[in-house]
Amino acid sequence: MKIKKNIATSESGYVFNPSTGESFSVNPIAIEIFNFLKEGKSYEEISKTMLARYNTDEATFEKDYNDFMGMLKQHLLIETENEKEN
Amino acid sequence: MKKKINIAVSGLNAIDSPGPGIAVIRALREAKSLDVKIIGLAYESLEPGIYMHNLIDKTYQIPYPTAGTDNLLARLEYINNAEDLNVIIPNFDAELFPMIKLESRLKEMGINTFLPTAEQFEERHKINLPDFGKRYNIKVPHSKAIYSTAEIGGLTDEFSYPVAVKGKLYDAEIAHTPEQVNTYYNKISSKWGLPIIIQQFIHGTEYDVAGLGDGKGNTISIVPMRKQYITDKGKAWGGISVDDKEIFKLTNHFISSTKWRGAFELELLKDHNNEYNLLEINPRMPAWIYLSVGVGQNIPKALVKLALGEKVEPYKEYAVGKMFIRYSNEMIVDVEEFHRISTTGEL
Repeated sequence: MKIKKNIATSESGYVFNPSTGESFSVNPIAIEIFNFLKEGKSYEEISKTMLARYNTDEATFEKDYNDFMGMLKQHLLIETENEKEN
Repeated sequence: MKKKINIAVSGLNAIDSPGPGIAVIRALREAKSLDVKIIGLAYESLEPGIYMHNLIDKTYQIPYPTAGTDNLLARLEYINNAEDLNVIIPNFDAELFPMIKLESRLKEMGINTFLPTAEQFEERHKINLPDFGKRYNIKVPHSKAIYSTAEIGGLTDEFSYPVAVKGKLYDAEIAHTPEQVNTYYNKISSKWGLPIIIQQFIHGTEYDVAGLGDGKGNTISIVPMRKQYITDKGKAWGGISVDDKEIFKLTNHFISSTKWRGAFELELLKDHNNEYNLLEINPRMPAWIYLSVGVGQNIPKALVKLALGEKVEPYKEYAVGKMFIRYSNEMIVDVEEFHRISTTGEL
C-alpha cells in the first residue's frame, strides 16, 4: 500500500490532503510510518525498522500498523488501483 | 501610464452574510495592471462598504431591483454623468437580471459589463436546476418548486426527510418534519416571495468553486475551496483551496457545455460515495472571491479586462492549501457621513 502522491506532511505532524482539503494531526511515530509508506517501503521493511528503533513486540506493532492502515484508507489517503495506473 | 478605469461595484453589505462587493474591490485594488477608481453602489445607508474610504472613492445609493429597470437606468445615467463609468460589476443575484436587460443600453453609455446571457441566467436558476442537470449531465439533488403549503403533505412521495427549504434567490433552511417545512415556507416566502424550492438534503462535505468563463466555452479561472467553518446561515467563514480532478472535470464541463459568460460560483456537495452533487449555481462572484487573489488567480481583475474587451489568458496554476479566515470589525463613523448618504444618496 502506498500513500497518494499529492499528500503533504509537515514537520509539526500535520498531514494535508490537497484533494479534499482535510488536515490530520498524527504523532511522531505515525509520521515515521507515513513517510516510509510514501517512500514505497513494504510492511516487512517498516516492521523491521520500527522493531529495531522502539521497545515493542511484533504482534503489537502488527496490530497497531493495521489499525493505522485502516484509518488511512478510511480518510482516502491510500492510492487506489486507478491512481496507481495513472 | 495606465489609464484610470472607473468601476462601479455593488454588494457593499460586508455583514455576517456578506455581499461580495468589498472582496471584489480589494481584488481590484491589488491588481497591479489596473489603475482603478471605485464607485460603490449601495441600497441601504448602513452598508459598511459606504464608509470604507480606503477602498471606495465614492458611493451612490441605487434603487432596489423591485423599483424597475427604468428607475435603475435613470440613476445609473446620473451616476455615469458624474463619474464616467467604464465598467459595472453587479454582485447580487437580484440585480443581475435587470443588469442583463440593460446591458446594451449601458454599452451605449460607454459602460461595459461581463455578465451571463439571459438564457444562461434563467436555465441555471434554482427552479430549473433539475432540468439543467439532465441537459448537461450533471448530478443534482432532486428538487421541486412549490407554490402553496398544501403541497407540503405530498412531499414524502418524492423526498425523504430532512429536506432543504430554499428561497428562489436567497435563504435556505434544513427541515426534518413537514411542520418545519411549513414554518420555513412561511418565513422564506414572506421575505423572498414564491416559489419555494424543496431540495433533497444530502449528507456530505461542502465544496465551492469560483470561476470565470469567457462566453465561448473556455475556462479563464477555476478556484475550488472546501468550506472549513460554516455560519448558522450556511456561509463559509473559513475555507481552504483544494486540488481535486473531479471538481475541475465538472467545472470545465459546466463552462464548455453552457459557454458560460462571466463569473460564477458552483456550490457542490461530496456525498458518501465521493460523488459531487451540484446544489446551486450562483451567476456572480462569491463573497469569498478574495481567496482567488490569495491563490494567484485574480478573478475580478480578469473579469474587468474581459468586460473591456481585452484578451485574457486563462490562469493555469494556483496555490493549494491556502486558507481564508473571515473576521468582523467595527468602524467608527461620524454621524454626519450617515446623514449625507441618507439624505443625498451620495457619499
